[in-house]
Amino acid sequence: MNSRERILGRVRRALADAPGDEAPLSRDYLREHGQRTVAQTVDLLAENLADYRALVHRTDSDGLAGLIVGLLEKRGSASVLVPPGLDEGWLAATGVPRVTDRAESTPAELDRVDSVVTACAVAIAETGTLVLDGSPDQGRRRITLVPDHHICVVRVPGQVVSSVPQGLERLDPARPLTWISGPSATSDIELDRVEGVHGPRTLEVILVGED
Amino acid sequence: MSGTYLGMPAFPEAAREAVGNATLRGNLRHATHTIRAKRAKAVTEVSDWAELREAGKRIKDHTLRHLDRYLVQLEESVTAAGGVVHWAADADEANDIVTQLVKMTGESEVVKVKSMATQEIGLNEALEAEGIHAYETDLAELIVQLGKDRPSHILVPAIHRNRGEIRDIFAREMSEWGRPAPEGLTDTPAELAEAARLHLREKFLRAKVGISGANFMVAETGTLVVVESEGNGRMCLTLPETLISVVGIEKIVPAWQDLEVFLQTLPRSSTAERMNPYTSTWTGTTDEDGPQNFHLVLLDNGRTDTLADEVGRQALRCIRCSACLNVCPVYERAGGHAYGSVYPGPIGAILSPQLRGTGSEIDASLPYASSLCGACYEVCPVAIDIPEVLVHLRERIVQGGEVTSRGNKVVLRPAKGHAAERAAMRAARWAFLHPGVLRTGQRAASRTRRFHPRTLPGPGRAWSGTRELPPVPAEPFRDWWQRTRGGKDGDR
Amino acid sequence: MRVALFLTCVNDTLYPDTGRAVVKLLTRLGVDVDFPSGQTCCGQAHYNTGYRHEAEPLARHFSDVFGEYEAIVTPSGSCGAMVRELYPRMGERARAEGRGDTLAATLAPVVPKTYELTEFLVDVLGVTDVGAYYPHKVTYHPTCHGLRGLGLGERPRRLLQAVKGLELAELPGADECCGFGGTFALKNADVSAAMGADKVRNAESTGAEVLCAADNSCLMHIGGTMARLRTGMRPVHIAEILASTEEEPAV
Repeated sequence: MNSRERILGRVRRALADAPGDEAPLSRDYLREHGQRTVAQTVDLLAENLADYRALVHRTDSDGLAGLIVGLLEKRGSASVLVPPGLDEGWLAATGVPRVTDRAESTPAELDRVDSVVTACAVAIAETGTLVLDGSPDQGRRRITLVPDHHICVVRVPGQVVSSVPQGLERLDPARPLTWISGPSATSDIELDRVEGVHGPRTLEVILVGED
Repeated sequence: MSGTYLGMPAFPEAAREAVGNATLRGNLRHATHTIRAKRAKAVTEVSDWAELREAGKRIKDHTLRHLDRYLVQLEESVTAAGGVVHWAADADEANDIVTQLVKMTGESEVVKVKSMATQEIGLNEALEAEGIHAYETDLAELIVQLGKDRPSHILVPAIHRNRGEIRDIFAREMSEWGRPAPEGLTDTPAELAEAARLHLREKFLRAKVGISGANFMVAETGTLVVVESEGNGRMCLTLPETLISVVGIEKIVPAWQDLEVFLQTLPRSSTAERMNPYTSTWTGTTDEDGPQNFHLVLLDNGRTDTLADEVGRQALRCIRCSACLNVCPVYERAGGHAYGSVYPGPIGAILSPQLRGTGSEIDASLPYASSLCGACYEVCPVAIDIPEVLVHLRERIVQGGEVTSRGNKVVLRPAKGHAAERAAMRAARWAFLHPGVLRTGQRAASRTRRFHPRTLPGPGRAWSGTRELPPVPAEPFRDWWQRTRGGKDGDR
Repeated sequence: MRVALFLTCVNDTLYPDTGRAVVKLLTRLGVDVDFPSGQTCCGQAHYNTGYRHEAEPLARHFSDVFGEYEAIVTPSGSCGAMVRELYPRMGERARAEGRGDTLAATLAPVVPKTYELTEFLVDVLGVTDVGAYYPHKVTYHPTCHGLRGLGLGERPRRLLQAVKGLELAELPGADECCGFGGTFALKNADVSAAMGADKVRNAESTGAEVLCAADNSCLMHIGGTMARLRTGMRPVHIAEILASTEEEPAV
């Protein structure tokens, strides 16, 4: 008998006497916490992102390119990683050399890039979470991991949901997802939170109003 | 489980040492009290906590009830998404599978995401024996690995170390394993985190094989989920060419939607955050993004034996948040090492004796490592009634009975070493069923009370070593009641 | 209403003053209280140490002795929780062991009508001011089985707050276990003693003269620790405080 059959057989024997439970699961928890207007939901997102030490900026589509170039300059970035499908206009104002997200790049090469600019798939207000799903404007998972500075653009209010249940509804489990809530952190020293370990230590979030 | 723990002394002896260690007591007290207040606040933020807890419990119970079906479904979906599924009945088999998979890549080092399952099976030691170096990349695991120490907490394995001790370990040991600690390293947490970042970065960037566990596996979609904080998980899950995930079979949830419960309850229960900094989900492999080879090793190692026990199986709901450790007054004083297992604290006290059986001295002592205060049950996000299972396991130890061991039903005999207790319990039961006997005993105690010693000999010393005995009154209540007709004839 | 006092074996043997206080208090509030002399022990120590089968006859005996009363009042959170929480579970386990519904049916009548003292006062009699007088500074320790098992909540504190002359001091870390835990105190004596010492230090930090609780088992452990550590504090059962009046003050 192989281990697959052995384990499945053990499971079936273990459950031989267990009573059935065919009643459907009642999901009587909330779909979202509290009632908010669209604008209040966006404000909550900004507040919770900032609470976990993300730097939050707000602009409209006309101001976006200028804001991004300002952030890169302020940081002194000498190079910026760009996913293949990023809106051309976002980086139109910057002359910082671009590094394209390519399959052939080695992790060491990515480690030499200063910043990365991406879009996101959805943002969750209640938890201050950005979710990236590897779409062309977000790139491979590693590009938002290895560089130390991540600028993430969220289209508001279109990409913003209130809660984790609403966020999951919008996401495709077949895609590789990265949920980001603030810069990397650890609670491993005396169970107290310290920001900044392996992932980007600076997370800047731009909430860009839709026209 | 890991051989590291064989021959551990029983809990009370190990705990005695910890109770006497002032530094350890201080470290544990500081850390557990810090997180307790924060968790309470994080939980209060969500008004439907009780409903989320109930839903989490029911999803897990439902999954366990149909575990065979969901395991088969998971295997199909992972395979369809490009992954390879392996089945391991015990620790040795899991270690063999992983070792062979690593050898097939031709690599001699692997980077690891913090994983309870791989610690449980002693994977690092098994790989080392085959010449493969496994580097722990979680900060606390790194502290434990560099310090040649053992983990003492599920979430924060180095909770027993304070910042000064961590600084000393880094300064002394990092150079042995790779990039040395920066000159003049101080004990500020930010500097310690920076030292870990620099030390591990070279390992991440060159790694070809990553090894992980998973917090959840979704049967319907074949998706695995890792919840973390530091980004070391993302490094291990996305930079290597090959990813091997070793996951206990109880980590399944049926549907994608089920994550909406646990992604709310887990972060708040474990690190007291609204959401942890990083959560990664992946479904098989993705072309040109992340590892192109993905292996999932499904681990039994005592889980099906636990599943066979009607009362004990609720321990398999555990999502390893460690809230029960943080509120446990016994854990706070005894520390994690006293539990002799990678699973310490209240959950460990019910999990280890079920996964490993109650044969060893340490495992037979764990069900008693609790005052049954109930704080663990109160905070558990999947409502595991830990006191109920503790008492159930005590029963198994003193009374014996039928249990499942490695898939076979066996009948345990009552444990040795409880004979005197068993006799005392029977005698007490007999006396309590004969009120006249009880009264005679009470009267005898009252009449001789002048002669009662202040301290007790033998096993009684366990009480009177640290506590005065209560004085025996001149008469028991029932005599007063009879004499005064309940005070109607005067109080005295 | 026919009310039975279930004093518990520990109180009967070691703390008769608590029993007398309960009788005095309930009588003062107009309750006709009886002490069924056949009562002994609820079986908690047996059950919690792993001797469920030894506890079963004690539970049946309890049901025989108390079954006819309309309410059963006990000055012990843990013994109250034994009857309310664990008797039903004993019935379920017997059923699961293929022994039918007999045990569950035997125990069922006593479960809903067993009350811990403060619960009985607040929920059944509907009083919080029991007319007590106790001119001392007191801190209150909510014992685990009362707090988390029975869910006594604010009831004991509300009763204490209404006592004339009583100054109630907040106990830091109040909801943490004192370390008694029945046989835990013997089997894990070192951890138990460390927990007890921490509880006593917290109590001392309030400056109170008296540490009050609604369970003498915990008070035996806390009081024994206080005496050994030579603190000036005393452990006092809540019944003795509530029974104390200006005419007949407790010491």
